[in-house]
Amino acid sequence: MSKINFLKPDKDNLTTFLYMGSFLFVISVIDVFLNSFFSLNITGFLPASLSFIIPIILGFIGLYFIRIEHSGNKFLDQVNKNINTSNFNAILSLLIIFIIIKSIPPVLSWFVVDASFAGDSKDVCSGTGACWTYIKVWFRRFMYGMYPNAEQWRINLSFIALALLGSVGYFATEKFKKYLTLYYVVIYPFIAFLFIFFFISGGPIFFDFSYGIIAAVISIIIGFFIPGRFKFYYFIFVPITLYIALKYFIFYEELIELGKLDGLNWVETGAWGGLSLTFIISFFCLIFCFPIGMAFALGRRSDFPLIRYISIGFIEFWRGVPLITVLFMSAVMFPMFLPADFFIDKLVRCIIAISLFEAAYVAEVIRGGLQALPRGQYEAAKSLGMGYWRMHIFVILPQALKLVIPGIANTFLALVKDTPLIFVVGLLEIVGMLNLAKTNPEWLGFAMEGYVFAAIIFWIICYAMSKYSYNLEQKYKTER
Amino acid sequence: MDLKLQKIIPQLITVLVVVLVFGFFTYNAQINMENRGIDFGYGFLSQESSFDVQFSLIEYDGSHSYFRAYLVGLLNTILVSVIGIIIATILGVIVGVARLSPNYLINQFAAFYVEFFRNIPLLLQIFFWYFAALRALPLPQDADAMLGVFFLTIKGLYVPAFIWENLNVFLYSIVAAIIAIVVIRTHARKVQETQGKQLPVFWISVGLIFILPLLSFLIGGVSLSFEIPKLKQLATTSFKYEGGISLPPELIALTLSLALYTATFIAECVRAGIQGVGKGQKEAAASIGLNPNQVLKLVVMPQALRIIIPPTTNQYLNLTKNSSLAAAIAYPDLVLVFAGTALMQTGKAIEIVSITMLTYLSLSISISILMNWYNKKIAIKEK
Repeated sequence: MSKINFLKPDKDNLTTFLYMGSFLFVISVIDVFLNSFFSLNITGFLPASLSFIIPIILGFIGLYFIRIEHSGNKFLDQVNKNINTSNFNAILSLLIIFIIIKSIPPVLSWFVVDASFAGDSKDVCSGTGACWTYIKVWFRRFMYGMYPNAEQWRINLSFIALALLGSVGYFATEKFKKYLTLYYVVIYPFIAFLFIFFFISGGPIFFDFSYGIIAAVISIIIGFFIPGRFKFYYFIFVPITLYIALKYFIFYEELIELGKLDGLNWVETGAWGGLSLTFIISFFCLIFCFPIGMAFALGRRSDFPLIRYISIGFIEFWRGVPLITVLFMSAVMFPMFLPADFFIDKLVRCIIAISLFEAAYVAEVIRGGLQALPRGQYEAAKSLGMGYWRMHIFVILPQALKLVIPGIANTFLALVKDTPLIFVVGLLEIVGMLNLAKTNPEWLGFAMEGYVFAAIIFWIICYAMSKYSYNLEQKYKTER
Repeated sequence: MDLKLQKIIPQLITVLVVVLVFGFFTYNAQINMENRGIDFGYGFLSQESSFDVQFSLIEYDGSHSYFRAYLVGLLNTILVSVIGIIIATILGVIVGVARLSPNYLINQFAAFYVEFFRNIPLLLQIFFWYFAALRALPLPQDADAMLGVFFLTIKGLYVPAFIWENLNVFLYSIVAAIIAIVVIRTHARKVQETQGKQLPVFWISVGLIFILPLLSFLIGGVSLSFEIPKLKQLATTSFKYEGGISLPPELIALTLSLALYTATFIAECVRAGIQGVGKGQKEAAASIGLNPNQVLKLVVMPQALRIIIPPTTNQYLNLTKNSSLAAAIAYPDLVLVFAGTALMQTGKAIEIVSITMLTYLSLSISISILMNWYNKKIAIKEK
């Protein structure tokens, strides 16, 4: 056994240093542990300030002793490499360990030990912990807003049905795979809209849609006889014109009255709320903002200067203003721009505003993808004789969208996180409902529980989304 | 001929649609305003506002004009944004670097921080701090002094006020120090480029920025004293602090949540920037004999900054725009004062919302122009 130099731990006296260092480190951890869990101070005999920092000093010396490079002990090397590379790192590691130990008891006691779960009135919440009874009592309000209790099965049923319909993609066989895009882009949103409109909103069943369907069918039949060059413009204008003509000139109001059947009880959108409203708004904005954003991304890279400038103007305008002013605009300014007898529902105005706002961000993300593609892709597609639309649909967009999956996922995440802002127009989703419940005189003083509850829900949703987008990114990663 | 037509028709149709939509909106707006007897115009800006704002950086009360109310709101927005940006940058850089730390505990801690604060809506965080966390603070009479001079109470944070004498001399000294540093830096660069010698620019700069202001205290006649807030009893149960500067809880909650939220994004930018510098760059720099400090300063940082700065500016812009959430907790920012109170009083929806939007728009466009210029300047010039 060689001489021990305490200022220079070395390999020769490995066991001595190892035992001493571990002992000191364990002592320091035990001190903090006893202190925080049993409020026992084993160094209480020392002056207060010294007793406060003694764990750090002991732990630091302990970690210094065991910092021996290439000791041959695998576990020790691992520890040294990960938390104990230098003096500075050792102190930071110690601080983090102590903070974690210190913060476990209060957090645990607030969340579980001292919290009250039972009962259905405020009286049970007399302890120092959280009052989860409050969440339990208000749970329906947080989930469904002011939607009547007896009708809430409609929301549940719609969401379950939409979730099932949405998962069709996983079970589709090879034969039907090629129709999936069509299904998700056109049919699924349409079904979702029908569910929201007839099921969640309720009221007399209106045959307003039938005009749209008639117009679409007629225009598609005629469309077969239109020369290919004009097909694009034809399909933009004719269906809309037909629809307007059918609605305002051909069918009279008496016929519309005939079409009204008694459906489910009508629930006005002002009564919708809670987490279900968050889902509804995010869902529709997600569906709408993507095609709009794609259109403006293509517009911004268009060869036609006028289209390019209009797209740039649109994108930069929406990106430059905060969402809250956009919602203000939709609430107070937008009705001024419509004919006096024309009324658009608050919720619909909100969805339009958020969709346009997020569309600008989506457009910028997609533009990034378009710019990242090498010119060769464009030139190759052109040399095959593809036109503008064919080239973009079959060659450019599939590659560009693959590149920007993380960016689009981030935009969608931002969208979900932006939904609480609709409180500006008086719609109360979960955060708005919390603020309402907080001011209820029966339940004063439970703001913390409510916000923690909502934070957990949002955190789970957003975290799951970001993990899912990461998986997608890995799945579609193609070597180039 | 055919090709020309193909180019013109789509543009014409687009312009036509845009013009039609705008024409439709203006036409309706005119009719609606006529029906309701509202006239369009920005004359109201010079009228007396007759409402009060609780927190303002410039002198303001109900007798001032609406334009002054607008300025009050704008300044409050800028105040929140600047404080938020400073805190978010410091925190973001620390967390971003910590995420790359070899220390497992530190990088997990940083990752936890980022994942935690990034995935909770900002509005919820603001509400949490304002309605839940800051409400748990003590009343003014029960507050303990922090470091003897700060008082954190339910009514806000009270900090000592600086009372300067000959403040302008002090400011001049700082300006002089900055100019001297710039001159020395350019000189040092020239020396490096012509003779290959490195001057200790950093230490000279630190010295200058401390010594010149210190000189202004010693010989320039500058003096500084503090006005410490004192508790004053108004009635038996009502207390108030007097003197010093008071920061309302709205401001604290807003800056805190904005900074904590934006810092997560800045941290990710910083991490991406540092990771974006190739390993070969560091190894090449080390192999030509630069020491680790020089590698960081001369090779890694210039390249990392090129990646970090554009997205970070974007985050600064986001923070500024997000500060409009102040309206939710009644911090008198531009949206609350102008698009809220002033709009309710005058009913001039179109004018006020358009001014508010234009303000934010010009703010962000000017910053993005600056950004583009900077990007062009630092872009790698290939020969």
